[in-house]
Order: sequence, then structure tokens, then C-alpha cells
Amino acid sequence: MALLEVSNLSISFHTRHGVTKAIDNVSFSLEQGQTLGIVGESGSGKSVCCYSLLGLIPTPPGRIDSGTAFFAGQDLLNSSEEQLRQLRGNKIAMIFQDPMTSLNPFLRIGEQMIEPLIYHRNSNRRDARKQAIALLEEVGIRNPQRTYNCYPHEFSGGMRQRVMIAMALIAEPQLLIADEPTTALDVTVQKQILELINQLRLKRNLSVIFISHDLGVVADVADQVLVMNAGRMVEQGTTRSLFNHPEAEYTRKLLAAIPRGNKPTANRATVQTLLSVTELTTRFKTYHQGKQDELIAVNKVSFNLQRGEILGLVGESGSGKSTLGRSLLNLIPPSSGSVIFAGEELVGKNQHAMKPWRRRMQMIFQDPYASLNPRMTIYDALAEPLLLHGITTKKNLEQHVLHLMDDVGLARAYVRKYPHEFSGGQRQRIAIGRAIATKPEFVVADEPVSALDVTIQKQILELLLNLVEQHNLTMLFISHDLAVVRYLCDRIMVMRQGQLIEIAGTEILWNSPTHEYTKTLLSSSSTALG
Amino acid sequence: MNITTSEVYERGTSLWQDAWIRLRKNKMAVAGGITLIVITLLCVLVPFLSPYDYEQQDLLLGASAPSTQHWLGTDVFGRDLLTRILFGGRISLLVGVIATSVALIIGVTWGAIAGYAGGRVDAFMMRFVDIVYALPFMIFVVLLMVIFGRNLFLLFLVIGAVEWLTMARIVRSQVQSLKQLEFIEAAISLGLSSWTIIRRHLIPNAIGPVIVYTTLTIPSVMLLEAFISFLGLGIQPPQSSWGSLIADGVETMEEFPWLLIFPGLALSVTLFALNFLGDGLRDALDVRGAKD
Repeated sequence: MALLEVSNLSISFHTRHGVTKAIDNVSFSLEQGQTLGIVGESGSGKSVCCYSLLGLIPTPPGRIDSGTAFFAGQDLLNSSEEQLRQLRGNKIAMIFQDPMTSLNPFLRIGEQMIEPLIYHRNSNRRDARKQAIALLEEVGIRNPQRTYNCYPHEFSGGMRQRVMIAMALIAEPQLLIADEPTTALDVTVQKQILELINQLRLKRNLSVIFISHDLGVVADVADQVLVMNAGRMVEQGTTRSLFNHPEAEYTRKLLAAIPRGNKPTANRATVQTLLSVTELTTRFKTYHQGKQDELIAVNKVSFNLQRGEILGLVGESGSGKSTLGRSLLNLIPPSSGSVIFAGEELVGKNQHAMKPWRRRMQMIFQDPYASLNPRMTIYDALAEPLLLHGITTKKNLEQHVLHLMDDVGLARAYVRKYPHEFSGGQRQRIAIGRAIATKPEFVVADEPVSALDVTIQKQILELLLNLVEQHNLTMLFISHDLAVVRYLCDRIMVMRQGQLIEIAGTEILWNSPTHEYTKTLLSSSSTALG
Repeated sequence: MNITTSEVYERGTSLWQDAWIRLRKNKMAVAGGITLIVITLLCVLVPFLSPYDYEQQDLLLGASAPSTQHWLGTDVFGRDLLTRILFGGRISLLVGVIATSVALIIGVTWGAIAGYAGGRVDAFMMRFVDIVYALPFMIFVVLLMVIFGRNLFLLFLVIGAVEWLTMARIVRSQVQSLKQLEFIEAAISLGLSSWTIIRRHLIPNAIGPVIVYTTLTIPSVMLLEAFISFLGLGIQPPQSSWGSLIADGVETMEEFPWLLIFPGLALSVTLFALNFLGDGLRDALDVRGAKD
């Protein structure tokens, strides 16, 4: 008999705006020692499905309409809160997406780790401590004795996720539910964490449910895959058959949306240099325990950007890639060096002196939920740059705004709506529209597709390629996702710890990276699908 | 597609027009607004409506309970209470509106500039706020009254000059967290000036807490006025305000309870109406329109 057997599960949410079916007739089973990957885009119900098994869905508004779920013979849906609590953290453990927020910042790591042992096993503190330290060592934390007494803020994201995994495993659960456990991590760290989960699974004969939006990651770790869309099961099967011979239309669409291969359009780089950066350095003052310190975010970076080129900038978090992008636009004033844009030195210009240049260089931001003023209609958001730079007159404003809507592929009828009425992808289109409103020559795009679902991501990438062509843009495209960068860019620069370590044509870099770090980066990101 | 634009969407709704449409749908807010308008009209028109004068005494009558002649009774000097409440309302409402506006304008501007500028400017501006906070309020009032003489408008200004401090702090903290968001960075990269960013992007997004705090400021301002008047620095008898009527009513509350109840009621009804209107405004100005 399977360890976990879920059949015909349906869940709906009852709110004042009506009833939403979150899960519609979902069935799956999981054997001891197997990994089930649940894949879907945001809102597909993949998390709700697993949370409901542990009674973690607030009811109301949530309601389980039908279905059964048995875990090792226990009926989960008809268990009392007390019975479920006995399971949680004990027989079934969870790992969450964001290791930065899922640890209590006020408790030492050891204290948090031994909590399940003390509650579920009635262990005494000394035994619990011994067990915790052994487990910290097992998940690859150096010097576990010291770590035991540390606070969460003393660790990086990857280390915290290791601690979270150790915490989840301490009561020796039979089932581990991992909800997007590597989404917030850098690719090299992601690879290590995936390997760790796999090792632990084999060693402990653990069953794992791995929830992710990332098909590549799921292909790497799962035995069985369940594809979900809008609360429904789209397709279920072994990883190999599902990825090699997808049957459902939706699965095929998902697979096709994964960026792979090289740039589909020609390199438009000209011989004319638009941007010339020399020894650019940006430092931040930091204060640590009362002492003033300096953080060198961008360290003596030099490169040229040709007119018409799309230059990719990759690096892990903290590599200084966003700071570099902002320093080029003088949004973060550089400390030294030179940025020559169309023959004019920008370093040292104040905000007022920058104004005429702002028209010619724009930025697209990562988070489409934060980059639009929630109290301005789309019309006002697009009209603002047009009026500010005198690009159009009041009389022609409306036509101009509507043309922008056309350019970025938004229906004209939406123009008087507010940002919250749009989906993430549509918002990103609005933000792109605002950036190209002034007809800039140069655009810095800072992870513009990282917050989007894979099918939407593809559409936005197509849009960017289109706009680059139509409007003769030169672009610096910042991303942590190498596949995306390869698909979009003519040349790639790699940054690490503030320094530029390699810059080369996309396919040259892809096929024969020279720097050791670039090789690691490339090997971490190539997945079973790559 | 070649459809002309005006067919496709409703034209020219601004944030405020949208808010007005939403506000009208909120019954409690509308009721609050109407109540406030009625009270204000009564207070303004009282000389034409009432057969009595606020200072006209009838010592023979003395304090009398509500009757057909004096609907809300009379005070110890035989003055008609309803008339005095409505005349008092003029002062109280005026104090409420003017002092709060002063607090609002200074506080929002000061807080927004400090929060947006950050660094030394912020530190300097907020230390100034701390210093004024630390000044004993009464000494401040007495000093100003002594220097400039007793004057109704000065009273309003003095109260406003004290109440803006908290407003400034609230707006500053709002602005500080808002300016981290990418849309502010986007506004900078569009080339907007700092002042435009504050005015168009920051203040409209900080408006929720500002409105809530404003509806809390109005009653506290009315009570401050009562306190100052009680000390003999504000308005003087035979003039009245709700605060001073309540203060008088407290003294005689055991013998003539209506002298406390009715002015108290006038103040409470006004404050209730203000709160409902304030809540409605806050929701109406939130374009997301989320109420749950």
C-alpha cells in the first residue's frame, strides 16, 4: 500500500466575492522512498493541495468538498486538530520557500531544531542537542557545535535552507513536503540543496513531495510528476515519460516555454560604441556593530556596449549586478570611474543634470507588483514620462498612450484601470511600456522575467526581442537565469563579488567558458532538460 | 482595430472622482457626511433659527429641565442650552477644522520631505520635532498667548502647531518604507524631480494612515481647546464651546445632568460622524477597494 494515497480531492474557497474552486478532483499516490514532483504555475493549486493534507488551510474560507487522503492508513481529512498536530513535524515535515523568513530570528538555531523532539518525542535536551548536532553535520554544515548556538541572521540563504532541512528531518519523518525549496536560492546553491535532498532521501528511505514551478528542477529530482493547472490535474506519469512524451496540450505548452537554445534573432550590434564604462566602482557605507565599514559592490568594472547590442549580465545574488545596472543610470551614484554614454561623461552628474539624459536611458524592474504606483491608472503611468519630457502635446497625449499600449501588447480598453487589476505579466508589459515611452536608446532590464511564470516569461522575452528590433534599443539584460540570457543576448558578462570575471559572445561563453566560476555556473544550471 | 478610444473606456476619472464614486456607495460614510453637514448648517444658521441669544440670561428661570420653551433646558443663568450648544459648535468645529488643517499641512509636508530626503536632512528635521515634542505644551501656549495676546485664531494656530508633530512622524515612516519600492526608483529614472515624486507618488500612497490620524486629531483638538479655555486662556464666557459647556456641565452634573449630557451628546455625535466619514474616505481612496 502506498504511503500517501489521495483520491478525488476537491477544495474550494468561499469568500464574499464568491466561490473559487482551488483544487478540483485531484488524485495521486506516493510510495515509500519515492519523490513526487508537483508542477504548476502560480495559482494552480499545487501548494493548497499539500497544505490541506496537514490541515494548514484556514477553514473558513477554505472547505474540503470531497475526496479522501490516507497517510500510512490514517485518514487525514477526518483527523482531529490534535491528531494532525501529532503528525506535523513528526511523521510529515515541511520545508518552505523562503529560508530568510521561515526561521524565527529571535531563537538560536539549536533551540528551533530540537523543538519537535521535545514536543513529539519527549526527549531530554541533552539527547536532543546531540541529535541536532549530528544532523547539522549530515546536511553539510561546518562546525555544527558552534552553529547550534547561532542565530539565523548569521547564515546565508543556502545555509539557512540546510538548517531548515535538518530541522524538518530531526523527528525522522516518513514524508517530506518541500514547497519550492530552492526558488529563492542561487543556481549553484540550488544544485547543492537538490543533491542534499536526494542523498537524504536515499539514506533514510524518505518519501518526498517536491512542489515547484520549475520544470527543470522537478525533472532532476522526481520519480513521478503531477502537472497541475487551475486546480485540475493535467497529467501524471513517470518523469521520463512525461518529459519525453507529454500528452496533455498544457504540458507541451509548459515544456515549450522553457527558454532553451540560442538567440532566435540576428545580432544587431553595430560598430558604434554607445556606452563605454571604465574602472567603474561603487561603494556603500555599512555599519556593523557601531563600526563603519565599506562594501565594494562594484569593483573596477570596464566594458563597452555597442549600439543595437543586447548584453547579458549574470551573477549570483550579491555579485553586484543590480548595483552595476543602477550605477550606469546614476540611480546609485558611482564612487569612481567613468561611464561615457553617447560621448558624454555621466559620473558626477547630479539628479538635475541627469534629467535630459534620463529620456535616453531607461530601466525595467524585477518586481511588477512594486514597480507601478498603485494609485495611478495605466493611462497616468504612461502619460507621465511623455509629458515630463515634452515628447507629446496634451492634445496628442491620448493617441500616444494608446500606441504605447499597442506596442506592448495590451488591449486599449484597459487603459483606465489600476495596476492591481492586472496579472503579473500584464503589469510587466505596463512597466516596459513606461520604460520605452521616452523612446530611449539604452535600457537596463533588471531581472524583468524572474518573478513571472514560465509561459508568461516566454511572452515577455518575445516582446523584448520585438521591441529591441522595432525601437532600435540597446539593452543591458541582468539575470540569474543563464538559459534566459542565452536565449536573449548577443554577449554575456559574468560578475562575481563585484568583479567582472568574464565577458564573451554568448555561444562562445556557453560552449567554452574560460573562467572556473563560469564553468561551475553553467554546470549548475544545465538540467535534465538543458 | 480602428475604434475610437472614447467608445472603449470611460474617460477622465481621476483618483478623486473614483474615490467619490466609491464613497457614495458606503452608507455609513454618507450618513456621517450628512450628519456633519446638518450640524454645521445648524451652527452657522443658529442666529436666524433660535429665538434666544447665547448670552441672554433669565435669572428667574435658573437651571430648568428640557421643556417645550427650552428644548434642551437652560443653564444656571437661565440661558437656553440648545442655543449655547449651537453657538459653541461654531467655535469647536472651527477649531477642529482650522487646527487640524494646520497640523495636516505642516505635518504631511515636513514628514514627507524628511522621509524622502533621509540622511542629515532627515536627522535634523526629526530632531527639531523631538525638541518641540519635549517642550511642555502649556508653557508653549501660555508664552504665545502672553506675547501675542489672547486671540481666537492664534489659539487655532497654537493647537495646530502642536498636533502636527505626530502627523509628521507617521508620514515620515510611511514615506521611508514606500521609497524602497521600485516605482519610486522608476520615477527617478524617468527624470522626475524630487518634489514631483513626493507630491505625485509618495503622498497619495501614504494617505490611508493620514486620514485615519486626521479623524483622531479633530476630537483631540476640540478637547485641547476646552482645556485651554478652562485655564482661562482660550475663549471666555459668555462665549461658549462644546469643551467649555462640558466643563461647566461636569460641575453641576449631579443637580442638572442635562447640562452635561446634551453638550456631550453633540460632541459624541460629531465625532462618530467624523469617524465613519474618515473610514469611508480611507476605503474610497484605496484603489484596490479591498474591504476584507
